[in-house]
Amino acid sequence: MLDGGPQRLEDPLSAQVQTHEHDVLVIGAGGAGLRAAIEASAAKVSVGLVCKSLLGKAHTVMAEGGIAAALANVDERDSWKVHFADTMRGGQYVNNWRMAELHAKESPDRVRELEAWGALFDRTKDGRILQRNFGGHRYPRLAHVGDRTGLEMIRTLQDHGIHQGIDVHMECTVVTLLQDGDRVCGAFGYDRERGLLHVFRAGAVVLATGGIGKAYKITSNSWEYTGDGHALAYDAGAELMDMEFVQFHPTGMVWPPSVQGILVTEGVRGEGGVLLNKEGRRFLFDDIPENYSSQTAADEDEGWRYTQGDKSARRPPELLTRDHVARCIVREIREGRGSPHGGVFLDISWIKRRVQNAEQVIKKKLPSMYHQFMKLADIDITKEAMEVGPTTHYIMGGVRVDAETQASTVPGLFAAGECAAGLHGANRLGGNSLSDLLVFGERAGAHAARFAKDHRTARIDQAQVDEAARRTLAPFEHEVVGDGVGPYRIQHELQEMMQELVGIVRREEEMRRALEELAKLRERASRVRVDGNRAYNPGWHTALDLSALLTVSEAVARSALERRESRGAHFRDDLPKPDSAFGKLNVVVKKGSGGEMRVERRPIPEMPAELKQIIEQMK
Amino acid sequence: MKATFSIWRGDAQGGAFRDYATEVSEGMVVLDAVHRIQAEQANDLAVRWNCKAGKCGSCSAEIDGLPRLMCMTRLSDLPLERTISIAPMKTFPKIRDLVTDVSWNFDVKKRIKKFKPRPPDAPDGTWRMAQADIERVQEFRKCIECFLCQDVCHVLREHQLNQRFIGPRFFAYVAALEMHPLDTEDRVAELKEAEGIGLCNITKCCTRVCPEDINITDNAIIPLKERVVDRMYDPLVRLFRLFRT
Repeated sequence: MLDGGPQRLEDPLSAQVQTHEHDVLVIGAGGAGLRAAIEASAAKVSVGLVCKSLLGKAHTVMAEGGIAAALANVDERDSWKVHFADTMRGGQYVNNWRMAELHAKESPDRVRELEAWGALFDRTKDGRILQRNFGGHRYPRLAHVGDRTGLEMIRTLQDHGIHQGIDVHMECTVVTLLQDGDRVCGAFGYDRERGLLHVFRAGAVVLATGGIGKAYKITSNSWEYTGDGHALAYDAGAELMDMEFVQFHPTGMVWPPSVQGILVTEGVRGEGGVLLNKEGRRFLFDDIPENYSSQTAADEDEGWRYTQGDKSARRPPELLTRDHVARCIVREIREGRGSPHGGVFLDISWIKRRVQNAEQVIKKKLPSMYHQFMKLADIDITKEAMEVGPTTHYIMGGVRVDAETQASTVPGLFAAGECAAGLHGANRLGGNSLSDLLVFGERAGAHAARFAKDHRTARIDQAQVDEAARRTLAPFEHEVVGDGVGPYRIQHELQEMMQELVGIVRREEEMRRALEELAKLRERASRVRVDGNRAYNPGWHTALDLSALLTVSEAVARSALERRESRGAHFRDDLPKPDSAFGKLNVVVKKGSGGEMRVERRPIPEMPAELKQIIEQMK
Repeated sequence: MKATFSIWRGDAQGGAFRDYATEVSEGMVVLDAVHRIQAEQANDLAVRWNCKAGKCGSCSAEIDGLPRLMCMTRLSDLPLERTISIAPMKTFPKIRDLVTDVSWNFDVKKRIKKFKPRPPDAPDGTWRMAQADIERVQEFRKCIECFLCQDVCHVLREHQLNQRFIGPRFFAYVAALEMHPLDTEDRVAELKEAEGIGLCNITKCCTRVCPEDINITDNAIIPLKERVVDRMYDPLVRLFRLFRT
């Protein structure tokens, strides 16, 4: 037998636990985790990399559009300063400005480094890396490979990383961090294949676990996205910041129901695709935010010329920031101008009126979109419009970290990528997440390695291990108490509730109701029972994921209540305007001494004069 | 409408097909049906999946005997009036239910000589490449590592020669490296010896099952075979080598 059924709790649990030792433990093997692991191993420390799935399957693989970096290969007017200003404007100025500065300065080097490791980006006519237009970026800035950039990036990092001597623990989930006093000194988890328990002793830990999309019903995210890193950090005493800012990508598939939420890349709009309501009207022209009016095309013709590289033209309103486009789509649907299946139309086929061989152009520029709609929806995007609607895509909020080192407020604990906060502020620009993973993955890896060298490995507390083991195996021990406590059902109800009460459009009383519902769900989750044994048992895995999902959902709801205004991705029906007082602060949550979630307002540090000046110049 | 799926349940020690009837609706794919069965009837049914959009290559299985991605196989393309069988990939050791042990593939990749670029073309450390020169390599780099080509390849499936043969996935990988405009490494000797390219007799089964439509046989394997032949078997080259030594 692979495993002899549920273990009895009277067994000495510590005897069943396998121990591994690494100087640096990286949790998560998407872009940020792989980049961190590569950097740490280059610093000559031993590195362990734990991932929930097989190597190379992490969510980064889904990224389509490209990596934002001011290489200025296509438009020589681009520079780190423009990229910095675009990122801050997109984030509505609640970003960590130092992170935005480092990101804009360092992303070109990180992209060029990928090329040195074998990545093959699409080329300009003179043989350099080609860059494409994307929402909120003033110039064509995204290095890309058709619409499968994420695959190219993760495969490049993976194929480079496997020769670096990194120990990879595949299909392994971390359920808690281990601490010596405050300091993080390791992690405890289980492997999926056999359900065995593992302790990872480490000098430093890097969280790179991605996002929280599975807290919502309609999402572009995979099952892995259950907020693990957010919850691990929170439970270890770290601060989470900006959790109210959840990005709803404007264009997810809406039909058929089984594919609802799957991403339709912004690249469709970058290549000239337009959004239409059922009357055939380009409704985005009807509502252009003031701070973008000087950068937006006056008419359809100018917008088209922009997508075709005319440097004198301004961008079409379809390429405004994601928060704005998503809200306009919701408005059209609510006011009865949506498409038959509750979305709006996204049309790229219309370009046949402008270019010859449009069919070939679309297939070349957007091959996986063509493939995805053909296979899953019987729609030929070269001939007809797609139906799209908003989908939960990304969380700007996460572990509060130091900009230079990515260190959290807990010693020995670092975070990078989507699970860290700061770079994107209230709204992330498309393309800035892949560059985020590279820039801050590299920094987190380097500084975690330094921390591990400077601090001796700490002691593992056996009592913490035993407690973690007990909690991990508890779902096998719970009594059956009627219907309604199965893990899938609880997860499903949580997703429905968050979608409904803490979604794109929020209201105070709904969020208060969400908090009450969360308390009830948490109580049910604490009694959840699973069947079967420990070998590759998805019911058990789902039961264990509930704890993190509930923590991040509560953090989103409490932070959203605290921010009494609308800004970026956070939109409140009851407070629809931005409030300048809230523009000067971040919302932070932290575990209180009694285990309760505490919410604080934290002033944003004053921006240095030279960065202020850049923002002024770029207005 | 109801449909019935016969799903293999078991582990390395053995197992059997079990029938599950479940409600199906328009637009569903096989993975949706498996998830519904998992949520409603068999919470512990093991299945590997991630993106559900044909991009990660995790949910490979044999549907009515054909190696396919469960997330890209629509129920409307299957004869639902009869029972549909879903089995794990046959070539790899079983872990549980639909999940197989594909770790061999990760070990193989590690043994292939890594990318080794020529010195940069420009003083700023960058290279120049023409789009036309990278397109044939981009085809191989579309690979999502679903390992369906490995599953169907009879050298691995029937003859189990995984000690002497790296399989179509890794011939495409070697081809991507060998044809990379910047690469300077030489992998021809390994192709012939340790990697066993001669064992492939170009039946093209791998190409037929590739969900990314990569032309593995014609564009990767045959050109690599030609490199091996040119180097190792060309009589003039052999003569030349003889004199040189």
